[in-house]
Amino acid sequence: MTHLANIVGAYGLGLALGGWFSLAAWLRTRRARRRLAAIDPRSQP
Amino acid sequence: MSATRCFKPGADLFMVRAVDASTALAPPQRSGRNLHRFANPGQFLRLSGAVLPWLAAAAFVLTIAGLAWGLFWAPADYQQRDSVRIMYVHVPAAWTALSGYVALALCSVLSLVWRHPLADLAAAEIGPVGAAFTALCLASGSLWGRPMWGTWWAWDARMTSVLILFFLYLGHVALVRAFDDPERGYRAGAILALVGAVDLPIIKFSVDWWNTLHQPATITLTGASAMYSGMLWPLLVSAAGFSLGFGALVMARTRAAVLERRIRTLLLARAQEVA
Repeated sequence: MTHLANIVGAYGLGLALGGWFSLAAWLRTRRARRRLAAIDPRSQP
Repeated sequence: MSATRCFKPGADLFMVRAVDASTALAPPQRSGRNLHRFANPGQFLRLSGAVLPWLAAAAFVLTIAGLAWGLFWAPADYQQRDSVRIMYVHVPAAWTALSGYVALALCSVLSLVWRHPLADLAAAEIGPVGAAFTALCLASGSLWGRPMWGTWWAWDARMTSVLILFFLYLGHVALVRAFDDPERGYRAGAILALVGAVDLPIIKFSVDWWNTLHQPATITLTGASAMYSGMLWPLLVSAAGFSLGFGALVMARTRAAVLERRIRTLLLARAQEVA
């Protein structure tokens, strides 16, 4: 396969970006949910 | 049920008529009423909670399928050879960055005209995701341009206008978070997003208006595609995956933002009770 480094770089960037943002969104939601449950146990989203 | 007096000509002067209390107290019909139904954060959390897992799963499957198809089974280009496979990342990222900005502009209209609170939160969450997709478009384009054009970067119209789109996204992210009063930040960000929307037709038509390194559009909505179908299908699958992924990320971040706003409201209410 020609230009393999460039291809791997582009695909790697795409997958890393998607993975990073997904993980960040999941962690942020989990943190917010736990904090909300600690403040007001009745308000379960 | 409650009773009201009805003054009706030709009838008893003080006729007492029973009416339904819920009808009597119902607010008048307004335009955009259906729109405001979705402004209820609880309703949004319920709806998005049901949709998000399916959206995320579809995005994951389509993105992986499109990228694997493009990487392993799509044919190489007779001129560009295997470097054409970068297209399956670059083009979907570019389309998603552009359509993301359209979504940002729509949220800005909803925010400025109808003061839709969820539109404010969604716009604030579209900014970072859109900036990331634009950065991916620029980076993958640079990785593609180096072997094909012999340079990482050139100041041609398409690349420069996409770079401006990246700065518009970054400007929106910074402006929304620049004020102590979030409402002022949302208003300022909405105005910037609407002014910046002028960049979208410039990006789209830059290849027609100026001589650029980029080729004119090979895929159009109105005519037949000039691209070989063996390359077109993985590109479309990858683009669908990227678009759904963008939607899933924005939805997940907006859900977190709604929860964080609820936390802030509860803490403020408690602080006021103590004071």
